[in-house]
Amino acid sequence: MPASDLSPLRLLDRALKSAAYRVQQYFDLLGRVLVSSVSRPFYGRDLTQQMDTIGVGSIGIVALTGLFTGMVLALQSAVEMRQFGATIYIGRLVGASIVRELGPVLTALMVTGRAGSGMAAQLGAMRITEQIDALETLGVDPVRKLVAPRFLAALIVLPMLTVVTDVIAVLGGLLIAVVKLDLTATLYMRSVYQALADTGFIFRFIPIDLVQGLVKPFVFGGIMALTSCYYGLSARGGTEGVGRAATHAVVTSSILILTTDYLLTQLLIALLIE
Amino acid sequence: MKAVIELRDVRLAYGAHVVLNGITFSVHRGETLCVLGGSGVGKSTILKLILCLESMDSGSVTVLGHDLCSAGRSEIFKVRQRMGMVFQGSALFDSLPIFDNVAFALFEHTDLPLETIRERVREALAFVDLDFERVGEMLPSELSGGMKKRVAIARAIVHQPEILLFDEPTSGLDPITTRKIDTLIVKLRQELGVSSIVVTHDTQSACRIANRVALLQAGDIIFMGTPQQMLAAENPYIREYLE
Repeated sequence: MPASDLSPLRLLDRALKSAAYRVQQYFDLLGRVLVSSVSRPFYGRDLTQQMDTIGVGSIGIVALTGLFTGMVLALQSAVEMRQFGATIYIGRLVGASIVRELGPVLTALMVTGRAGSGMAAQLGAMRITEQIDALETLGVDPVRKLVAPRFLAALIVLPMLTVVTDVIAVLGGLLIAVVKLDLTATLYMRSVYQALADTGFIFRFIPIDLVQGLVKPFVFGGIMALTSCYYGLSARGGTEGVGRAATHAVVTSSILILTTDYLLTQLLIALLIE
Repeated sequence: MKAVIELRDVRLAYGAHVVLNGITFSVHRGETLCVLGGSGVGKSTILKLILCLESMDSGSVTVLGHDLCSAGRSEIFKVRQRMGMVFQGSALFDSLPIFDNVAFALFEHTDLPLETIRERVREALAFVDLDFERVGEMLPSELSGGMKKRVAIARAIVHQPEILLFDEPTSGLDPITTRKIDTLIVKLRQELGVSSIVVTHDTQSACRIANRVALLQAGDIIFMGTPQQMLAAENPYIREYLE
């Protein structure tokens, strides 16, 4: 490389252009996925297969995450609340924090680690072994055939998995409340319900907290699938490239999920609560 | 004779590295053109440009009367359905059995009943000397390199394309399997009237299968003619390449 190409300004210019190009490609992929999701041909079998892989395949891991998160939350909050004789409010704390925040975020992060890395690795391996090119030469759009089903499947199953996490986390908290803190199950569950009822209802019976908690995983699912597929499709350079794609998919998806969580929370509070 | 593939003044560079320096050639109906040249001279890139898997800096590529440079995505996919490609590494879908691999284009683009599709797959596999009953349910990982190449050819011809592109179809194969693949390519031209471009390093193979040969060097076509003309050429690079 000539010395002039190594000047800091030239390097900065190149890095910025490359980053802008990647962002452009990412949104181009998003546009193509959205169009593919609402126009023929649909790949229904691939969609159900992906729902099985992402959804059914992740139930165990999200259930465990929910159980231990609920138990730890109850245990930790009991330490503080006991000082004020407020252990009866543990249900409120567990319910509110799980349904609003921890349920959606932890589910999305766990599914990203399990299914997102798998998506990136699978598509990356297909890219490197020219299977994606083969699809194109057979007149099949890889975005329609490979990305859209994964994207739609993630949109559908992430909210469902979040409900699983929420329920099991609340039950984990219940276990600690009953066994360790000598609370009755009714008292704990009433406290959980009050936490959800406090912020109000939509259509008289759907808690706003639950709406918040289900809008987020819908968006997180899209981010996870799109980011993982993006890195998979852009994999280069043999098996090392596949590993790199999987790592980048998990790291970038996680960062995007956490950043989006903050922005979404701001937005949902402004829209639904204030 | 009518040209089914036409490249005009095609230029492509990756940064300062010029890959194709304004190449022009055409392939006629029922003709086999072999593209020869050293490693990294852009032979496979030519196939990718014809399939629109890669974009060029300037020039034009016309395939079956469609100018692919100005074509939209859906038009490109339609043109690709009239072509077949055999990749260097076969590129079989590793999660699908051989039947599904070969039948892929038929499932995607036709409404044929399953029985007809099975018959078409059986015929395509028989054309490349493979037994449907034996290999149909096997996964690509269970096949040898030569068998994978033959399955890839079966997949490329099952939808009866007008054009076939081969990227190093005999690389890594023993001489007997190489000759079998060569015979298949000639059979495809003679029996199905397919036009093809074969990218290869193997000059013997090229002489067996080609109607015309193009030799690439440093982004330019330095020779275009029949295999006999190439063998008789006195250009020092061609002599060095052949020897």
